[in-house]
Amino acid sequence: MSLSAKDKARVRNFWDKVSHQIDAIGSGALSRMIAVYPQTKTYFAHWSDLGPDSPDIKRHGKVILGGVSDAIEKIDDLKGGLINLSELHAFQLRVDPANFKLLTHNILVMLAIYYPNEFTPEVHRSMDKFFSRLALALAEKYR
Amino acid sequence: MVEWTDEERAAINKIFGRLNYDVVGHATLARCLIVYPWTQRYFGGFGNLYSPATIMANPMVRAQGTVIVHGLDRAMKNMDKIKETYAELSVLHSEKLHVDPDNFRLLGDCLTINIAAQMGETFTPDLQAAWQKFLQCVITALGRQYH
Repeated sequence: MSLSAKDKARVRNFWDKVSHQIDAIGSGALSRMIAVYPQTKTYFAHWSDLGPDSPDIKRHGKVILGGVSDAIEKIDDLKGGLINLSELHAFQLRVDPANFKLLTHNILVMLAIYYPNEFTPEVHRSMDKFFSRLALALAEKYR
Repeated sequence: MVEWTDEERAAINKIFGRLNYDVVGHATLARCLIVYPWTQRYFGGFGNLYSPATIMANPMVRAQGTVIVHGLDRAMKNMDKIKETYAELSVLHSEKLHVDPDNFRLLGDCLTINIAAQMGETFTPDLQAAWQKFLQCVITALGRQYH
């Protein structure tokens, strides 16, 4: 399911609208993933506080969404553009790639919360396709 | 059997209390057909589903959306026996409608997104956790009679 020119345009346009909120979207998505899918806590055992106000969660949410913004800039070549990030996830973090969709689901939930009118079914479809491609690119170096 | 805390029961009831079943049902089924177009395979008799606009305008989509949310309402009213409540519905989806159970999750995700859009920040992480636990029970129950 590759990204059409329309998909890319929708993703870029929508992200322009949301980019000033990405810190809140990031930390919200991360907290929700941990609340809704408790098994994901296993990756954050080194943090004492996993509540939504946790400074670690806030900081890390910002990092993750910064990564998403960066990926959108590299939307024409996600695999090539995300080699380093893929190696990080594959060799150091060793996050099971099945978890990528758990996090992206919650990013979509945050987008719906903050932008109920702009997050139309068509925008949702393009963002969902983009996140699927992003997850694939992130998993590229795993084996 | 699934155990529900008082908070979880309250959360599910709170969410259903906020929903206009016709509006959210319609919006959810339409969103599912648009975001995951392969789900249209189950609606061959629904006529025009060629574009997001025609999907949204399709009266059969609207009607079926309402049916779906009323079905979820039954699960909410029978939270301690969802599997039994859904036994016939599970057979229907498997034997007659031949729906791939993975699609239940797709529809559920679209419903979660619509609820999030409607409730905004009042759809807290704890509410979402309870809601998705409920959805998972519904999905499991619907898939239970498949063989």
